[in-house]
Amino acid sequence: MRVGVVTFPGSLDDIDAIRAVRLTGGEPVSLWHASDSLEGVDAVILPGGFSYGDYLRCGAIARFSPVMAEVIKQAKAGLPVLGICNGFQVLCEAHLLPGALIRNDRRTFYCKDQLLRVESTSTAWSNKFATEQEISIVIKHGEGNFQADPETVRMLEGTQRVVFRYLGENPNGSVNNIAGIANERGNVVGLMPHPEHNVDPAVSPGLDGVRFFASLTNYLTSLAEEA
Amino acid sequence: MTDTVANAKATPDVTQPWAELGLKADEYRSIREILRRRPTSCELAMYSVMWSEHCSYKSSKVHLARFAQLPKTTPRGPLLAGIGEQAGVVDIGNDWAVTFKVESHNHPSYVEPYQGAATGVGGIVRDILAMGARPIASMDSLRFGRLDAPDTARVLPGIVAGVGGYGNCLGLPNIGGEVVFDASYYGNPLVNALSVGVLKHGDLHLAFARGAGNKVILYGATTGGDGIGGASVLASETFDADGPAKRPSVQVGDPFTEKLLIECTLELFAAGVVNGIQDLGAAGISCATSELASAGDGGMHIDLDLVPLRDNTLTPEEILMSESQERMAAVVEPENLDRFFEICAKWDVLATVIGEVTEGDRLVIDWHGETVVDVDPHTVAHEGPVYQRPMARPDWLDALNADTTASLGRPGNGPELEEHFRRVVVSPNQCDKSWVTDQYDRYVRGNSVLSQPEDSGMLRIDEGTGLGIALATDCNARFTLLDPYVGAQLALAEAYRNVAATGAEPVAITDCLNFGSPEDPEVMWQFSQAIDGLIEGCKILGTPVTGGNVSFYNRTGETNIMPTPLVGMLGVIDNVADRVKSRFQNQGDAIVLLGETRNDLDGSAWAEVIHNHIGGNPPKPCLEAEQALAQVLLRASKERLLSSAHDLSDGGLAVALAESAMLSGFGARMKLPEDTFVALFSETPGRVLVSLPESKLSALSQLCGDLPHARLGTVTDDGALTITGQFAIAVSALRREWAATIPVALKTRPRSAR
Repeated sequence: MRVGVVTFPGSLDDIDAIRAVRLTGGEPVSLWHASDSLEGVDAVILPGGFSYGDYLRCGAIARFSPVMAEVIKQAKAGLPVLGICNGFQVLCEAHLLPGALIRNDRRTFYCKDQLLRVESTSTAWSNKFATEQEISIVIKHGEGNFQADPETVRMLEGTQRVVFRYLGENPNGSVNNIAGIANERGNVVGLMPHPEHNVDPAVSPGLDGVRFFASLTNYLTSLAEEA
Repeated sequence: MTDTVANAKATPDVTQPWAELGLKADEYRSIREILRRRPTSCELAMYSVMWSEHCSYKSSKVHLARFAQLPKTTPRGPLLAGIGEQAGVVDIGNDWAVTFKVESHNHPSYVEPYQGAATGVGGIVRDILAMGARPIASMDSLRFGRLDAPDTARVLPGIVAGVGGYGNCLGLPNIGGEVVFDASYYGNPLVNALSVGVLKHGDLHLAFARGAGNKVILYGATTGGDGIGGASVLASETFDADGPAKRPSVQVGDPFTEKLLIECTLELFAAGVVNGIQDLGAAGISCATSELASAGDGGMHIDLDLVPLRDNTLTPEEILMSESQERMAAVVEPENLDRFFEICAKWDVLATVIGEVTEGDRLVIDWHGETVVDVDPHTVAHEGPVYQRPMARPDWLDALNADTTASLGRPGNGPELEEHFRRVVVSPNQCDKSWVTDQYDRYVRGNSVLSQPEDSGMLRIDEGTGLGIALATDCNARFTLLDPYVGAQLALAEAYRNVAATGAEPVAITDCLNFGSPEDPEVMWQFSQAIDGLIEGCKILGTPVTGGNVSFYNRTGETNIMPTPLVGMLGVIDNVADRVKSRFQNQGDAIVLLGETRNDLDGSAWAEVIHNHIGGNPPKPCLEAEQALAQVLLRASKERLLSSAHDLSDGGLAVALAESAMLSGFGARMKLPEDTFVALFSETPGRVLVSLPESKLSALSQLCGDLPHARLGTVTDDGALTITGQFAIAVSALRREWAATIPVALKTRPRSAR
């Protein structure tokens, strides 16, 4: 399983995503923003950070990078893509996912171990969780307040495309406590929490992130079997 | 018109604004003697900023020289670089080295809290980077006026957002620090930023310019009009009376550019295309060119017209003094230029050749084809004035020392004791600081083993072996006010103990010496005493001083801050899997206090919170006892005896016990010695509260040998802190109040329970 991790100028958690792929049994492949090749990877992670300094709007510049043209094309053809934090913002800007992420309602950056409920297990990145499983994943962001027009929110809720929901405290003011969503096909998932920080026993507050990567393996294996 | 060297020779009697630039009459006179003519306005700009207190250490130099008597060896081997370099470098084994340093950015943070604090983080990170190290974490020690003072609501959120805004965007985990409130910091908050970096031994780079014909390259951000307060005096007074408006004196940071600068610089080092590198901080191009040239073996020629500007109205004096952030200077051999520019282009970093290393020993700077600076760079960078400032023991000190806590009212019964306990635990200096620390990313880079509120931050360095480091910063300025010599040693002892409590061996320190005005003899006495205390303490503990920073003139009006010699201690742990956390872990564990408790209430948190009192004499540090305690903690960590270990400092056992419980959710049942009040609130140093399974008690006892240790209680799951015979307090209620102190004072939303 070769998993590409994109580095934009200003990406920060790329090394963490690379380590997480390695620790969970995959082969990480570094992808550079200025290249339009995905090097034949089986999946792509858009990591956290401040791509292009978050100038203009979070993710607004990154979506126009050469690598994103290819990510958008292949995601539409079914390539599994996970957007974490800034990666989620990039996916929304790229219109692979609906909605937008605006400033936290508390108006400060917020870093904590956040409880989540898994709402959908029918995606490439969540199929190894139990439905309604409660997990703890690190959050750390200043602009993670997910908003969309009421119709879109109804559509996401009605089609099981809300994948993760904040449990207990809503840390940023997201509508319906939404922490992560998927595209219609379930191959593209974006979320504000950072599963790559929850895979390493030496440093992680918990290991609930492992199942994101196990889900991917499972998804790719099933695809291969079907083929 | 431009004030050229030729013009300066032709017009020796022009009146120059040396006083407005902060120079004294005799300093201006020595500049004229060095040059054997009057300085040009550009030269005056360079000398004035390089000879400032901030850059030249003119008041502190004679005292800092005493640090030289300390051995240059840590318990893990010789220092790879020490005082005098941009940051000290410590060998931690397995070919790894660590460089770390604390720097103050106090005054800018008061003027403009967000940018002042942000650029403080940016500056210290570039110091670490210039050594050839990858910056891997930050810590920040912040001191404010009283929490309930009106301006604190402006300064505190601004500084915290600045530290977070910059550090988070660089991808550096913030793993610890301090937040302290005291009235003396009201108009002068302290922002002491620590950065730590890691490198392989062979990657160490020291900054100098060598080899005539090698190019001097300025790379990173363009040069603008920020941070040049002083130079505008020159611009307006020398050239044009109506001149441009005064430039802002606080720099503005762009962490995105700095992130690119970090990656670009590390790639330049790895490619072997740089001979010397220096960051541009205080005094900008003036500092970088004069320091690089004077550390090398030749001269330097700079063409100031080549400096890329973001404001083309800047005068040459302003360009020389600009403190625009995110800039570095490199010395590069001509055959490496192509590769250098290629790497900069990859990272979208602007790079420009602005001059070259020359034969001879002059630093010559041209502007519009004429020479505006022609100096011996050593006289700019290193031959600034040195002052032996007068010192005097404050005459108020005897009265302060005589005003002990002996006469203060103590709690007379259980309910009163409980009330004092609660008030101390939830007071601003002892309360939950997560309102601050939750605004920092503590997880990025994936190596944060421990972060706040643990006793020290801990980072994994080597994923293969688990080799790691721990860092703690400490200073209890209340003790330093009562006795600066002893107070500095207590800061040292606390940082040492905090590192050891997590299972790491303390190996070296850096310091950040924040004091009032050096022109006040009492302040100079405090400063000198604190340095002597640190030197004697470091001798005993075997921890060298790797470098440091001095910040003077910290005062509001005529009131100096409490002397605040911050100590940053570095520790090494062979395997981070052995780390010990501060909170209780298991119901049923025995609670043991290591170390001896004496009657030490003077200067304590109890005296401050309950009686608003400061006076008497600080506790006597016993550094040999601290060493013995550290040895026990290190062995206990290696043998995996301990479930938790928490240093006792501000607020004594009361606060350590409350934190161990509140952070874990467990309770505790304690049976304390007869004078329960002293047992709870004394701040005798050399003590750590540990918890461990009963089955391991005898092994711990054996390890302790002569070190006093006493079983005080048991971890419970009943949600209460019970002091037998005195009181029982619900942990969850205490926790709620403890977590609300800062948010309530700032009128913001409290965080929910973790």
